[in-house]
Amino acid sequence: MSGETPDLGGRVGAEPRIETDPHGDVTVDRVALAEEFAGEAAGAGHAASADVAAYALGLGDDALVLAQRLGDWITRAPELEEDVALGNIALDLLGHARSLLHYAGTHDGRSEDDLAYFRDEPEFRNAWLFEQPNGDFAHTIARQLVASTYLVELYRRVEASTDATLAAIAAKASKEVDYHRDHAIQWTLRLAGGTDESRRRMLRAVEQTWPYVDELFRDDEVVARLVDEGIAPRPSSLREPFDAVIDQVFAEADLARPEGRTAFVVDGRGREGKHTEHLGPLLAEMQVLARAHPGASW
Amino acid sequence: MTAPADLTVVENEAAQARFDDLIAQDSRIEPRDWMPDAYRKTLIRQISQHAHSEIIGMQPESNWISRAPSLKRKAILMAKVQDEAGHGLYLYSAAQTLGIGREEMTQQLIEGRARYSSIFNYTTPTWADMGAIGWLVDGAAICNQVPLCRASYGPYGRAMVRICKEESFHQRQGFEILLELMQGTEAQREMAQDAVNRWYWPSLMMFGPPDDESPNSAQSMAWNIKRFSNDDLRQRFVGMLVPQAEVLGVTLPDPNLAWNEAEQRYDMSEIDWHEFHEVLAGRGPANAERLRRRREAHEEGAWVREAAAEYARKQAAKAAAAA
Repeated sequence: MSGETPDLGGRVGAEPRIETDPHGDVTVDRVALAEEFAGEAAGAGHAASADVAAYALGLGDDALVLAQRLGDWITRAPELEEDVALGNIALDLLGHARSLLHYAGTHDGRSEDDLAYFRDEPEFRNAWLFEQPNGDFAHTIARQLVASTYLVELYRRVEASTDATLAAIAAKASKEVDYHRDHAIQWTLRLAGGTDESRRRMLRAVEQTWPYVDELFRDDEVVARLVDEGIAPRPSSLREPFDAVIDQVFAEADLARPEGRTAFVVDGRGREGKHTEHLGPLLAEMQVLARAHPGASW
Repeated sequence: MTAPADLTVVENEAAQARFDDLIAQDSRIEPRDWMPDAYRKTLIRQISQHAHSEIIGMQPESNWISRAPSLKRKAILMAKVQDEAGHGLYLYSAAQTLGIGREEMTQQLIEGRARYSSIFNYTTPTWADMGAIGWLVDGAAICNQVPLCRASYGPYGRAMVRICKEESFHQRQGFEILLELMQGTEAQREMAQDAVNRWYWPSLMMFGPPDDESPNSAQSMAWNIKRFSNDDLRQRFVGMLVPQAEVLGVTLPDPNLAWNEAEQRYDMSEIDWHEFHEVLAGRGPANAERLRRRREAHEEGAWVREAAAEYARKQAAKAAAAA
């Protein structure tokens, strides 16, 4: 058996040829995987330090877990355009996750797939917001509004990181999460200002999502060291610009930021590997096939 | 004095003559051109069925998005399923130029009054099905669809050009999944061969009944909608598969498959047309499941679509009041 890839799609129906096609030969040489990991060139292949790897792992897990959630909407969205839009957002986030996990793995020689498929739940470092279930469309939009508004502020600042790889990853991600935020804002306005039912659902979704906001802006020791080196922004410094955007959206949507509710007995501790009940089943599903064939290549 | 009715007849004859001329020159018919009712109906049926197939066809593959065994495969599969939604959207738009609304087409689908490609009524129990669908199902679709890029109806032909470019990428990713499995562990090779065994015959059925039992084909060929007969396309497809199967190291599950030098065609076993008709009649492994999912997504999304429409109405009213 030869390991060569035959001329499959270079010309559709090349053997035997289906007459001449007026649109010319269809080529598939430029598959959308040209640069597999953002930031790889910028970082010139240098390995992440322990702190940088921990930071990249947290951000990578946020993106991966949210991508996994959003992927579930494909074939189930309220309209076909949303199958496409939510699929697109999931795909962007998966791209960010791959770049970030790949970079995190350079610290100790693990691949993106080692990290995604062969870590157990307590080793995942995503914040609680990202693992929350899709709920109805309003819940997904409320989660998207918070996530994308936070990610826009985060990546804008990471673009200026003294770590060239993180800066390059953030530069690419920045443009994408900007679109995600726009999508979430448009839907927040439509649902809040649409029918009585959609408004009722949006209010409930905002109320149930808000307890997960604080965790995104909590400072910790690892990040504090990276802040000193100009590698990462201080999470708490992102809160003010986040609130400013949210206040503007909520003013237009006639919504109020839920304040002063003590929703949790304990605060979100995703960065320490402590999770809600929702992450375990998500990981079990995501990892099942890879774990059934350890060492296999796909 | 000529009665108006006669004028209409004369006009219709002239319009028919122009239409016939365009077809004879192998030119394109555009939405504003006059066209015979039967031509319009045939196209609406074919394009909407094609759109429904893209949309229903997302389901067997979306089954593995959450469990794809590597992040790269997950990304490729997600992109592929999303392309299919995009194809459905272009095709619904092409059908809309013929005077049918998307809501009406959607209703026809979820009420079980419209057809879609029967192949999507088979299930995807293993990851290797992602490979077999790409290689065999998308491969067969490409053989069927490349000639449609030249279909006489302009919007359909142009939609097909965009679609075919992406389909060839889809077929390649399917082939690569199988190649990777066939170069992997024993369990992976078995998984790949099993999937090829299950998808090979259904993919041959995708070209439709044999030429002598295909009632609509002759008219569609005369109208330059269809360019090659079902059996011709099936032969071309098998011709494409045989060398690729050798590279993969998989066996095509037909002991009678052999090149017939004298007739310059492949000899093959008889296709199980009983199975084809059973699946077509709604008795395939997943017919009910596929429609149920589509219907639920549509019905459960109604409140969201209503909210968007109501919001747009309020915004327009606000803009009008401000003007």
